[in-house]
Amino acid sequence: MTDLTRLTLAEARDKLAAREISAVELNQCFVDAIARATSLNAFIVETPEKALAQARASDEKIAKGEARPLEGIPLGIKDLYATEGVQTTAASHILEGFIPPYESAVTANLWRDGATMLGKLNLDEFAMGSSNETSYFGPVVSPWRRKAADGRISDAKIVPGGSSGGSAAAVAARLCLGATATDTGGSIRQPAAFTGTVGIKPTYGRCSRWGVVAFASSLDQAGPIAKTVRDAAILLRSMAGHDPRDTTSVDVPVPDYEQAVDASIRGKVIGIPREYRLDGLSEEIVALWEQGIAWLREAGAEIRDISLPHTRHALPAYYIVAPAEASSNLARYDGVRYGLRRTGKDIADLYEKTRAEGFGKEVRRRIMIGTYVLSAGYYDAYYLRAQKIRTLIKRDFDLAYASGVDAILTPATPSPAFALGEKGSADPVEMYLNDVFTVTVNMAGLPGLVVPGGLSADGLPLGLQLIGRPFEEETLFSLGQALERAAPAILLPESWWH
Amino acid sequence: MNTQAPPSKLIAGATGDWEVVIGLEIHAQVTSKSKLFSGASTEFGGAPNSHVSLVDAAMPGMLPVINAECVAQAIRTGLGLKAQINLRSVFDRKNYFYPDLPQGYQISQYKDPIVGEGVVLVDLSPTEQISVGVERLHLEQDAGKSLHDLGANDSHVDLNRSGVALMEIVSRPDMRSGEEARAYVTKLRTILRYLGTCDGNMEQGSLRADVNVSVRRLGESLGTRCEIKNVNSIRFIGQAIDVEARRQIGILEDGGKIAQETRLYDPAKGETRSMRSKEEAHDYRYFPDPDLLPLEFEQAYVDELASHLPELPDEKKARFVAQYGLSPYDAGVLVLERASADYFEEAAKGRDAKLVANWVINELFGRLNKEGRNIETSPVSAVQIGGIVDLIASNVISGKLAKDLFEIVWTEGGDPAQIVETRGMRQVTDSTAIEKAVDEIIAANPDKVAQALAKPTMLGWFVGQVMKGTGGKANPQAVNEILKSKLGI
Repeated sequence: MTDLTRLTLAEARDKLAAREISAVELNQCFVDAIARATSLNAFIVETPEKALAQARASDEKIAKGEARPLEGIPLGIKDLYATEGVQTTAASHILEGFIPPYESAVTANLWRDGATMLGKLNLDEFAMGSSNETSYFGPVVSPWRRKAADGRISDAKIVPGGSSGGSAAAVAARLCLGATATDTGGSIRQPAAFTGTVGIKPTYGRCSRWGVVAFASSLDQAGPIAKTVRDAAILLRSMAGHDPRDTTSVDVPVPDYEQAVDASIRGKVIGIPREYRLDGLSEEIVALWEQGIAWLREAGAEIRDISLPHTRHALPAYYIVAPAEASSNLARYDGVRYGLRRTGKDIADLYEKTRAEGFGKEVRRRIMIGTYVLSAGYYDAYYLRAQKIRTLIKRDFDLAYASGVDAILTPATPSPAFALGEKGSADPVEMYLNDVFTVTVNMAGLPGLVVPGGLSADGLPLGLQLIGRPFEEETLFSLGQALERAAPAILLPESWWH
Repeated sequence: MNTQAPPSKLIAGATGDWEVVIGLEIHAQVTSKSKLFSGASTEFGGAPNSHVSLVDAAMPGMLPVINAECVAQAIRTGLGLKAQINLRSVFDRKNYFYPDLPQGYQISQYKDPIVGEGVVLVDLSPTEQISVGVERLHLEQDAGKSLHDLGANDSHVDLNRSGVALMEIVSRPDMRSGEEARAYVTKLRTILRYLGTCDGNMEQGSLRADVNVSVRRLGESLGTRCEIKNVNSIRFIGQAIDVEARRQIGILEDGGKIAQETRLYDPAKGETRSMRSKEEAHDYRYFPDPDLLPLEFEQAYVDELASHLPELPDEKKARFVAQYGLSPYDAGVLVLERASADYFEEAAKGRDAKLVANWVINELFGRLNKEGRNIETSPVSAVQIGGIVDLIASNVISGKLAKDLFEIVWTEGGDPAQIVETRGMRQVTDSTAIEKAVDEIIAANPDKVAQALAKPTMLGWFVGQVMKGTGGKANPQAVNEILKSKLGI
């Protein structure tokens, strides 16, 4: 029997429809794979019974000829999405044991379309991190390992990126056919780049934020991580949609993204922003970028140099806006109504003890930064100025698109994945620099797609990022497919983690 | 406005006169079925935590959605205050930790409120009216309620109020006495009730006031103010201001300085107490709520709401003066409550409106006040009071008998005309009957007749005797005339 975990989501869907395999059979394969992969620590909670029960229902639907778009497709859910009756923690001690009595809008859409849930995926605590090392439940280990020039594989544990590290690792290790993720400054795209998977952060407002634990409300957006561009397109179609419960969600029709995957990119104008050629950018990243440009040109796209002059201000501005919103969003975790509570001699003592113990170091740091930049006397100098920068960044993109550019191609990250404990322990800014190519997209509310482009010198995946016009995810899928077709096949790593 | 108080409003201190300057922040609960950002009920008096949605409890991932009815109510109120309506306003987060504030922030409006400057005209007496400026009105969420008396060591929280919509109405420091502040709140409450945007029920906390008080010598710039938080009755507002002004004058006259702080009024002890100083004041870290887009609507929407506004007290008062010939003061008294004005208009239909107004204001309101009732529960209906006025106007009963009749209707009910018939209260206008009574009195009192001829004011005594003889039913005017002709004066 073939290993069903090696199928893409689209292949599995087609085999289910053709009744070559059953949903129970398919889901059982993933349940077994997850059970053998605990050393990766990709899941916080596994829900095999739930997946199999849903799979049985799916088989009935298929038998009756009533299959829905994701019928029987096993998915992993980032533990930032509230799931009714299943613990939801945001990878934080403060929410340990919290079982929501409600289902997030996006996951409800997935279940509506017939998908099954394998479990809740690990992440950086409250999605704050770029390596999945800030999780209260321990770091996620990437299935990828470094390979020396002589072919020897290193034992060093590699990070899957973050914050959606569990999602990326689970897809790359074939523990699910696709995963939900979220992206506030790069949390879908950077882990996708680090693990050789495909991730899309859709336009702000494309997916409902209702029921997703908030990090920075004006930047957070849900999206999928999958093995292929087509799989990501299939998932996004089910996840997206207007939701009156989230007033920032936008009421525009959801197209059939999968159809866009096969569309020609001939004549598309691709902008190459000169400001992304950072000083000291590594040779292999520059080479990857050049290669990406060449692939798109060969596929019929027109390449054009553009300028996004305020790019260099994006990262500092992001690290003001995001913590500011987070400091307020996380105020509700106070030990009074749910989650962790440490009693104290009075209410202030209860707050201090609960929050000091409940939040990890990085979360505490960002709450402190956010509280500071919103304080009287500092608000104008930090928060207000950061918002002005945000407006300018958005205008940079608007001007580029107004000049006829259809999408923008950039590297996804300034480097390949690094080893656990290698970065950020001394200087958090070292970690923050991972987001340098991705935060602009969140600041401007645009869609961004990351696809694998090749491997680094030490055998780790490198990703390319495509940035699109608002609500033109279809263009990104077409372009992403062109890159996927042109790039050498990135073979997902074989299991060493059993 | 920065007018000086007339001398009568000044407070005499040991070292001279002081002027008290007052500004009010009124928190008025919006009349709406559901909360400002959630579908939970706003009903008062439910079991603790029975009107709480996932949003109100600030569960992870929950998002606010603005309640359109609350927005409409704020616009209506702005229109009623003759205020600027802002077509674009912004919701901000006011961040602080408190157990009855589940989100850890209150959603409010800080820099860009939905309503800007307006004005409230306040009648103080038949001859004095002041104009109080409104600086702004904004929408915000109410907090829950902490309960400290359920257990020995524990406190509990009731989130039923959490998220209920409030309008904060901020006045200019345009008031110069506790009396003016009371009159302003009364008038504001009247306007809100007319509009149906707040029930104005202070006992249930639907209307609460934060009172800013400072004192100064006449002509000086504004003194340092203290804010008295959460005063929950109109009477206490006046008391708190008087007590606080006296406290501040005492400090200043002793050479001290006023510390800017937040205080609480204790009605039992008749004093204000410090709650927190300026140094302890929260830094609320306001910033625009990223979960909510700016609130925007068209002028056409405002116009549509304006076209359906009820007649407001000031307009109604002007109409009563013009249409019914009432004095402005009487008209003002009648329009204080919409129900009273409606009552009056029903009773006045086709009648002598001034006479009806007299009866409503003097007899009915006097009696209602005495018994602590309101117009809605009046035992005497507009139809009944109209019936009494009809009997007076057609000379069927005298004014004095009418008061007896009112008493009967109040306690026993019934149709006034029928009561007059069955109880023989009809006024005697038949001159032969009156003449007979007059003749009897004259015959029986020759000495008084002599006195009356010398001193015509004695006539009153004769009138009294005749009325007594007829059981009060004789028409006093007819008695007067007959007496005069019989006595030849």
